[in-house]
Order: sequence, then C-alpha cells, then structure tokens
Amino acid sequence: MADTPNYVETFVELIRRASTQLPDDVRTALSDGRGQELQGSLAERALDTILNNVELAEGGSAPICQDTGTPVVWIHHPVGVSTREIGVAFEEAVQKATRKTYLRPNAVDTLTGRNTGTGAGRGIPFLHFDEWDADRIEVRMLLKGGGSENVGAQYKLPDGRLKAGRDLEGVRRVVLDAVVEAQGKGCAPGVLGVCVGGDRVSAFAESKRQLLRPLRDTNPAAEIAELERRIYDEANGLGIGPMGFGGATTLLGVKIGVLDRLPACYFVTVSYMCWADRKAAVSIDRGGQVRWLN
Amino acid sequence: MVELTLPVGEDRVRELCVGDFVELTGHMITGRDAAHKWLVEEYREEVAPYLENTVIYHCGPVVSQHPDGRYDFVAAGPTTSIREEPYQSDVICRYGLRGVIGKGGMGPKTLDGLGRCGAVYLHAVGGAAQVLANAIPRVEKVFMLEEFGVPEALWVIQVERFPVVVSMDSHGGSLHEEVEGASRQRLAQLLGLAG
Repeated sequence: MADTPNYVETFVELIRRASTQLPDDVRTALSDGRGQELQGSLAERALDTILNNVELAEGGSAPICQDTGTPVVWIHHPVGVSTREIGVAFEEAVQKATRKTYLRPNAVDTLTGRNTGTGAGRGIPFLHFDEWDADRIEVRMLLKGGGSENVGAQYKLPDGRLKAGRDLEGVRRVVLDAVVEAQGKGCAPGVLGVCVGGDRVSAFAESKRQLLRPLRDTNPAAEIAELERRIYDEANGLGIGPMGFGGATTLLGVKIGVLDRLPACYFVTVSYMCWADRKAAVSIDRGGQVRWLN
Repeated sequence: MVELTLPVGEDRVRELCVGDFVELTGHMITGRDAAHKWLVEEYREEVAPYLENTVIYHCGPVVSQHPDGRYDFVAAGPTTSIREEPYQSDVICRYGLRGVIGKGGMGPKTLDGLGRCGAVYLHAVGGAAQVLANAIPRVEKVFMLEEFGVPEALWVIQVERFPVVVSMDSHGGSLHEEVEGASRQRLAQLLGLAG
C-alpha cells in the first residue's frame, strides 16, 4: 500500500470492540433463548445475568469475560501487502490491548509455567493470511476463551461406540455426542463450528472459521443447512441449558463447513464457542481508511 | 435468597442445598490451576489463614494497578472447575475451606470431600465478568503473583453480595450429575443406543 495505515491503533480498537461489545446476532439469540426458559428457573436467571453483563461491559468498555481468550484472526489482503508487517503490528496491538486491560495477559510459557505478561507468546496471536483481488485489507477476529477451547473435539469416523458411519448421519451422531460431553463446561449456550473432512490441522482451522458466520445465516448447501437445523433442534432438546443448569437453551447456533479428505480419513471436528461469542471485523482501504464491519 | 457472611461456620454451610441462591459478603481468595497444585504439594502456612472457613474462587481476573500500587479487578468471572478435580477435596479438607466457587461443576471426588469436610460448590455465571467484578469492591492482598502471573495468582478479595447458586451440597446432591445423567439418556434415545 502506498501509505502504510496505522495498523496498530486499528487493531487495538478491533480487539477492544471484540472484547467489550457482543455482536447483535449473539445478543438477539441470547434474548430469544431467555424467552424459552421457565419463569424463575436457574436457566432464566443465568440468561438475565448474562444479558445484564453484556450491557455493563459495553457501557464500561470492559471485557465481557475475564478470559479474553486467544485472538484467532483471518486476514485477507491485496497483492503486494506485507503480511509480515501486518503480523508484527497485530502482535504489538495485542500487547497494547493487554496493557489497556481489554485483554488479560493470556500467554503462558508451557515449559516454565511463567506468564509472558504481555499477552503475546509463541503461537499467540494466531493469524491466517489469504491474498485476494480486492484492493483492501479485511481482518476478522474471534476472541476464543480456554473453557470453550477445552471442550472442542475431533472424531474419526467410523465410530463404533456411537454407531457413526462415514456419512452425514454419522456426523450428526458425533456432533450431538460432543454437545453432551461439553455439558455446561464450555459456557453454554454455545455456538458450534464444525468441519467435516480435512486433516487434523485444516479441520480445526475450518471449524473455527465457521464461527465467523452470522448466527442467522443459511448454509448455501441445502443438505448441510438441513443438518445444521437438525443438530440445533436436537441439541436444544437435550436439556443441558445455560451453564449446564438444565433448560431449553443449550446452543445458539450450529455452523458446518466441508473440506475434502484423504481416502483413509474422515474427521469430524467440533470447535465450541461460549455464549460470549466475541467476533469483530474491520476493513482497511488503500490509504488507510477504516470501516468497521460489525 | 440466602445471605452468607464470610468467614462462615461448618453448621451454616451444611444447611445449604442444591438450588439455593446465595449472596456472599466478606473475604475470599482466588485460586485456579497452578494454585491448586501448589496448595497440595505442601501445606502453605502463609496462605492457610486466608482459606480457613471461607471459599476459594476459581477465577483468573483481569487486573489493573493504580499508581499507588493498589489493585482492582477489571473483569472477574469464574473459570471451569473440573480441572481442579484431582486436588479439590484435599484442598477443602486440609485447609478447612467451606466452599468453592466456579463454573461447570465438579466430579465425585469433590462431592465426597464436600460431604466429609462440610463444604459446598457454588456456581457463578460463567462469562459474567462485569456483574461479578462489580461485587468485588476491594483487592486486599496477593500471593504468588510473580511466579504464577495475574490469572493464576492467589488474590485475597473482599466481596459484597456476590451472587452464586449452590449446585453441589454437603448431602451428596449435585445438579451437574442430574443434568448430565438426563442429557445422556436423551442422547441415547435420539441415537437409538439405549439398552
């Protein structure tokens, strides 16, 4: 780009927005869920607390959740843009956002157990780059907390225990199993990002990328759209409910992507996003003009 | 709604049952993964008085520091408790804890410890970091900050009307066992795996 835009400040603002302002689609889904719960139930009270918390966070420009997660970032860029420069700027932004307490210092040296203290570390933040034809940079980010990350799962089909074969019925069976295994531990009501196919690496990346989709969109592939709807309805009939307290609102959405696979492999990969489904996006035009995308 | 002042006696805690809404006022301490391992490795004299007859909060807060050195919790919801399952009942019984605050519930070993030593598991709403930080007006002291870092340090805090629900009690009751059992049964029916 001719004039290097001020990436760092833009990325700090992106992080602030994600950490403190829950997107409208998620708020709507939470309010709708609240309407489904019995009056005076633990589930209803949990959702009231959640909705109140969302307002407080936005009003105070403070993190919705203290686990501000790992920034998982997808960046589209035009030909000729230095991805290394963007990467350096993003890391600087993470450090600055951590000092401003939009993020918790969330990177721990795995061998020594010491927190790096800066928010950045080996593999944190995690950036995906794609070149495209458009003449602007687009950055889409999730802040994904550790509690929900811990309940993610990868299944290999066939799965004898669940009688799940290598077809969409098999996918349905293992995804519902993942919801039951998660119970409330991933901070239900959550959103599932699922990848059918791929390898062990590409599949987890794709499952997380699915989480960028608006909750109320419809998958363009009809049979996958039908599967998303069915899993959503069936999971919400399991009675797990907000926080695992019991209730009608277990999931806010199910998003499924498909990758091709090796003949020998059939992975079904589930990433669980907590109710604090923190996502934000920005477009930076040539010349540095910034447009917020949600 | 039960109002409970910390520190609290064993008898009072044994009166609590699954489903009770409780508001806590008084002193408690945070501790999570590194802290639990550290607390069972050896008896920690210096921290013991801050655990006796009070509760430990599974929380890794976002913290700001004032120019005069005082700390404030900026965001402070619960973390997932089940990771402390190997340690929790030992920590409860050795240090005389009366409760644990977290999210997601805990397993049979902890449930047994609650019954044996007279304590409860208190569920806070996961992700509700602002609602809960607002109930923590003061940070009084911190242990192991340098070694464990901000999220994992043991923070001694003062709370005011801190809202929780009893989801495991000292009588063997566990909401988590109930919900999990029912949802597994429902799944087995959906998938035709029953029997």
